[in-house]
Amino acid sequence: MMTQTILPVDAGRLSELSLRSGEPEWLKESRLKALELAAELELPKLEKTRIERWNIHQYGSYKESAAIAALNEAPSSIAAIVGSAEEGSLIIQRNSGAVYTRLAPELAEQGVIFTDLQTAVKEHGELVQRYLHTAVKPEEHSVAALHAALWNGGVFLYIPKNVVVETPVQAVFLTDDAEAAFAPHVLIVADSNSSVTYVDNYVSGKNDAGLHNGAVEVFVGAGAKVRFATVHQFGADTTDVTYRRAIVENDGTVEWIVGEMNDGDTASDTKSVLKGSGASSDAKVIAVGSGSQKLNYTTQAQHFGKNTPSNMITRAVMRESATSIINGITKIEKGATRADGQQTEKVLMLSPKARGDANPILLIDEDDVTAGHAASVGQVNPEQIYYLMSRGISRADAERLVIYGFLAPVVSQIPLEGLREQLKSLVERKLGQ
Amino acid sequence: MAAEFVIEGLKATIEGKEILKGFNLQMKGGEVHAIMGPNGTGKSTLASSLMGHPKYEVTEGTVTLEGEDVLEMAVDERARAGLFLAMQYPSEIAGVTNSDFLRSAINARREEGSEISLIKFIRQMEGKMKELEMNPEFMHRYLNEGFSGGEKKRNEILQMMLLEPKIVILDEIDSGLDIDALRVVAQGVNAMRSEDRGFLVITHYQRLLNYIKPDFVHIMMQGRIVKSGGPELAERLEAEGYEWVKEELGIEDETVGQEA
Repeated sequence: MMTQTILPVDAGRLSELSLRSGEPEWLKESRLKALELAAELELPKLEKTRIERWNIHQYGSYKESAAIAALNEAPSSIAAIVGSAEEGSLIIQRNSGAVYTRLAPELAEQGVIFTDLQTAVKEHGELVQRYLHTAVKPEEHSVAALHAALWNGGVFLYIPKNVVVETPVQAVFLTDDAEAAFAPHVLIVADSNSSVTYVDNYVSGKNDAGLHNGAVEVFVGAGAKVRFATVHQFGADTTDVTYRRAIVENDGTVEWIVGEMNDGDTASDTKSVLKGSGASSDAKVIAVGSGSQKLNYTTQAQHFGKNTPSNMITRAVMRESATSIINGITKIEKGATRADGQQTEKVLMLSPKARGDANPILLIDEDDVTAGHAASVGQVNPEQIYYLMSRGISRADAERLVIYGFLAPVVSQIPLEGLREQLKSLVERKLGQ
Repeated sequence: MAAEFVIEGLKATIEGKEILKGFNLQMKGGEVHAIMGPNGTGKSTLASSLMGHPKYEVTEGTVTLEGEDVLEMAVDERARAGLFLAMQYPSEIAGVTNSDFLRSAINARREEGSEISLIKFIRQMEGKMKELEMNPEFMHRYLNEGFSGGEKKRNEILQMMLLEPKIVILDEIDSGLDIDALRVVAQGVNAMRSEDRGFLVITHYQRLLNYIKPDFVHIMMQGRIVKSGGPELAERLEAEGYEWVKEELGIEDETVGQEA
């Protein structure tokens, strides 16, 4: 039986918005087509998760956001995050639109493009059109379709051939008005042999419930290297549904670092498509669930190219009555000889009411490959707590050591020190310390 | 002041089964007491019950350290009061480095604001590791993870040396050690012998007592001490085994729960 998707906007209003924003005709058509799809498509099928019961209908409507002239005018909820970015490259989106954009002059000189996506469709239309919605396709399900119809603000990052960007490029997405639509789209294109690190943060500060329907598309050219780090720290006011996809060409590398530190229900899906031979992918997901959060985290690697290694690690700590479903899907297509797909999912539960479920899946259509998975779900080992306490360490500190120890092997591998420290303090906050 | 450690009438059960059946012992700082006995006589239960392992329940008796009631204390409080147990099977804890763990343990004994400085701590730890002929890399390894049996035992002694407890219980510290490792571990223990520190050395074999000379030797059977003496008692056990003790006391089966 089909369930009718309730559309948050009608076609007339959507095309009026597009026109008013000065968007090119192709984009208006793309939005309208996606809206039609949204009416026909079902919600995504999430393993053991009834997303239809989540609060996923509070889209709000498009609202203009007033620009800020300098970082010291940034809302206090994100002041700490943007504080030290005065010199670097930074985009801030507040609710439906970008309010601050800064590209370091030395990057602009090398031809790097870094702007909000709504501006990019006007200034770099052809480039954007070639990639937009080709990795996260609106045909996938109604959430992706609604995203393609309604996305706003967003980021467009383009690194020309052979350009190596040393300093991380940053973005901050803030939703603090429940009536304003919040659906940023991040599009990164790294041309051949370029290299970049992108770091973003998702923050909320509002009183009424809202939805973040986000999509990330990363295109890694031949020999290029993209490190994509993202920290989601929405409050309980925000339901977070995020799809991330990377398409990786010959000898390209994508590295995902995902910090899932929301306080609200969250579904995220992070997938690398290893299209070219020698393409590689590494994904690290750190998650802490608390309260009565419902969480569904998926990492995926799909191998088409020969000699393609992928590695996916998810470690999640669940406290109170948080519930998490953690999926890892390694898919090796016929012809992807000498592919190597590895994945590990581990859940540590801190209370009898917390739930964790790890589902490693290997789908292999080629013989000449290596693949492996490991999954575990467990509670804090009382023998370990006893051992630590027998050296004079209090129970609370012993538990803290074991919990951090559980996450440490992944956190310590994060190559960005600032991010490592930020994640540590977010973990502390989530653990109520 | 020399530590005084007194165990009186201690009875303990695990999963409802009584293992300790009225254990008595008095020891003071400066003394080394050896507890010897065949397998299954309650030696490790004694060690775990004194430290407060959650699986063991003390049903009767008292334990005091410098007059303080040990049994009223949580495990961490017992440790901070001066009790240390070098365990037979130390836990492995991934993600927690040996140095982070030990620094937390040292700082747990200090007031907030007067934590040990990192430099001072590292210097101390390096020094003690050298004495124990430990590879310096063990400082940054995860706690006991992937350590061999001998490395784990050295690591137990390292903790003892850094935490400077008043009463040290060594539970089968010699099991699984080759003769070189045994010598190093014993040297570490002997270096810590002092007028105000007492040692309770639990062992199955007399071999260890060639390296750590006891002042008193107690034989444990059926969950209590059945015979006490000086070092000569250990030597006789080494030469003749436990049979003569059983004959002398009329014990047919020395293990716990078989005496009825």
